[in-house]
Amino acid sequence: MSRQGEERELFAPGHRMCAGCAEGIAVRNILKEAGPHTIAAIATGCLEVVSTAYPQTAWEIPVIHAAFENAASVAAGVEVALRELGRKEGVNVMAFAGDGGTFDIGFQALSGMLERGHDVTYVCLDNEAYMNTGIQRCSSTPWGASTTTSPPGSCSKGESQPKKPLAAICAAHDIPYAATATVAYIKDLRRKVRKALDTEGPAFLHVFTPCPTGWRHGSDDSVELSRLAVETGVFVLWEAVDGDICNLKVTYKPKKRKPVAEYLKKQRRFGHLTDEDIQRIQQEVDEKWEKLED
Amino acid sequence: MARQTALTVKGNMATALGAKLCRPHVVPAYPITPSTLFPEKMSEYIADGELKASMIRVESEHSAMSACIGASATGARVCTASASQGIALMHEMLFIAAGMRLPIVMAVGNRALSAPINIWADHQDTMASRDCGWLQFFAERNQEGLDLMIMAFRIAEDERVLLPAMVGIDAFVLTHTMEGVQVPAQEDVDDFLPPYTPKHGVLDPAHPATFGSFGTPEVYQEFKYMQTRALEDSPAVIDQVFDDFERRFGRRYSRITPYRCEDADVVLLTMGSMTGTARAAVDELREQGEKAGLAKLTVFRPFPGDQLKEIAGHVPGLAVVDRNISPGFGGAVFAEAAGTFVNERQRPLIKNFITGLGGREIFKENIKDMYHRTKQAVEAGRVDQPVEWVNLNREVLP
Repeated sequence: MSRQGEERELFAPGHRMCAGCAEGIAVRNILKEAGPHTIAAIATGCLEVVSTAYPQTAWEIPVIHAAFENAASVAAGVEVALRELGRKEGVNVMAFAGDGGTFDIGFQALSGMLERGHDVTYVCLDNEAYMNTGIQRCSSTPWGASTTTSPPGSCSKGESQPKKPLAAICAAHDIPYAATATVAYIKDLRRKVRKALDTEGPAFLHVFTPCPTGWRHGSDDSVELSRLAVETGVFVLWEAVDGDICNLKVTYKPKKRKPVAEYLKKQRRFGHLTDEDIQRIQQEVDEKWEKLED
Repeated sequence: MARQTALTVKGNMATALGAKLCRPHVVPAYPITPSTLFPEKMSEYIADGELKASMIRVESEHSAMSACIGASATGARVCTASASQGIALMHEMLFIAAGMRLPIVMAVGNRALSAPINIWADHQDTMASRDCGWLQFFAERNQEGLDLMIMAFRIAEDERVLLPAMVGIDAFVLTHTMEGVQVPAQEDVDDFLPPYTPKHGVLDPAHPATFGSFGTPEVYQEFKYMQTRALEDSPAVIDQVFDDFERRFGRRYSRITPYRCEDADVVLLTMGSMTGTARAAVDELREQGEKAGLAKLTVFRPFPGDQLKEIAGHVPGLAVVDRNISPGFGGAVFAEAAGTFVNERQRPLIKNFITGLGGREIFKENIKDMYHRTKQAVEAGRVDQPVEWVNLNREVLP
């Protein structure tokens, strides 16, 4: 919808996000690209709590919040109603949810929405744990991360499971468009938002959003960590068209991947990891890229 | 009087016919016994071009109610159907639909809750939803299911109400049983129920607004107060709509309907399909010279305490028949009836009978037994055992 020179700020300042929260950067830029002819369903979580305390709102577009696990189903209802009422033309329907509301509790509703083919662009803002409830472990939490329910100790290295490959699982629904993005690469993010919105049918965007509060890093380091996640190869920027997950298109390939230690050591959630643990993560990242480059 | 067509249909088809006549735009639904025929019929109406609407064949009841909420907030007329575990699964969203003041209408096939799993008639599913803030209607017959669906939309969408409504028909006894119904003509229903044109704003990029805000302690209680007042004030609208329906279609509805109550010693308070059996039992008791009466509850929420007082305030005994159980107290209707009279000087002695759970048959003899046991309490001037289970097979109990 938006054209150059017509961009409006649709996520207003004054919301209650933590200093340095990458979700704010993501939502602001996503909405700039989507433009004002957009309706969004949002899930319970950080984004909802900080932006909708009655009687204030940070949203300059129509937005509906119902519950935690059902942004996809609410968005589906909005999309079908718009069609039936003859008001769908030129209107984007989006859903925003955190990683808890997407990877875990909202996964069933998301899968149903994707499978039914609704013209909805679903955005998962992933900060790798239940941050709104106080940093609990989620299936998005990476191996080794310390959270309040995966604390390191004499019998624990922190989170015991690898991160669930959600974007690939979504793409495997044979949806027209799935992509990953992050806030250090705004052009890439906005291009993917545009592509998702311009694609008829469901689209899934996995947006990696560092969280100073949960990851315990400096509030001025969020964009840097977003960049380091990509430059070290921990988070891969890719897109998949028509569910072709065997032919993921990597949209930004670091010329030479930096050591993962550079990314991990800036975050106190990984502060307990030994050199050996870091080596294990490095090896997993290397193996992931070997497969990608196959 | 409006021309109507006579048909013989199952209860689910009666509620589906009623819903179709209301021209819903969106029908999100998930199959569950005994309500499944409703989404099947709606799908057929749409497939055959009889209804211009969209089904959303969701992956769960939770998503069914979530999609209802999204569609209703966008300005669509929305309905669905469910039962039992399905209503339990969407419990969270029932509160949210009411809190967001969305006039969604749901046909319910009243069915028992697990465990043990059981698909038969029981009011536990909707009684467990009592505090969700919905209008709750119960049908005695298929005709009532059809009519109440139509009236539910008009009441729910009234600007003075703006609350969701559920219409209950008992599992199998009604959902799967053929009965004759009179089906109003489309143009007459169109005249009775104008298109849904919400004046309070919808999700629309031309008028951006935030729906489902975060309510802090400074505002939450006021929201709940306004919502509660809307439900408590709705009898004025309900009575108006019942009157208008009678004027147009010739069938009389009341929030509570009395039968042979004038000089009664004991009035039986019933809800749903058991009412027909109770009416026959009352007639037989009357033939035997017993002063039995019957009050049929059609509207459970808001509870019609005003009408119950009028009907049973002067009666010596009230026998409340509950097809549900709130473990640790008694039946849900009993609690409401007892609460209705708690501050009244003139009030009946009230006994509660738990029966018909999980499709257990309720016979005329059971009803007569309830009458006699309540009459005995009246004669003794006291109630020794307020809550009794009826038709229990004591041989299998430990």
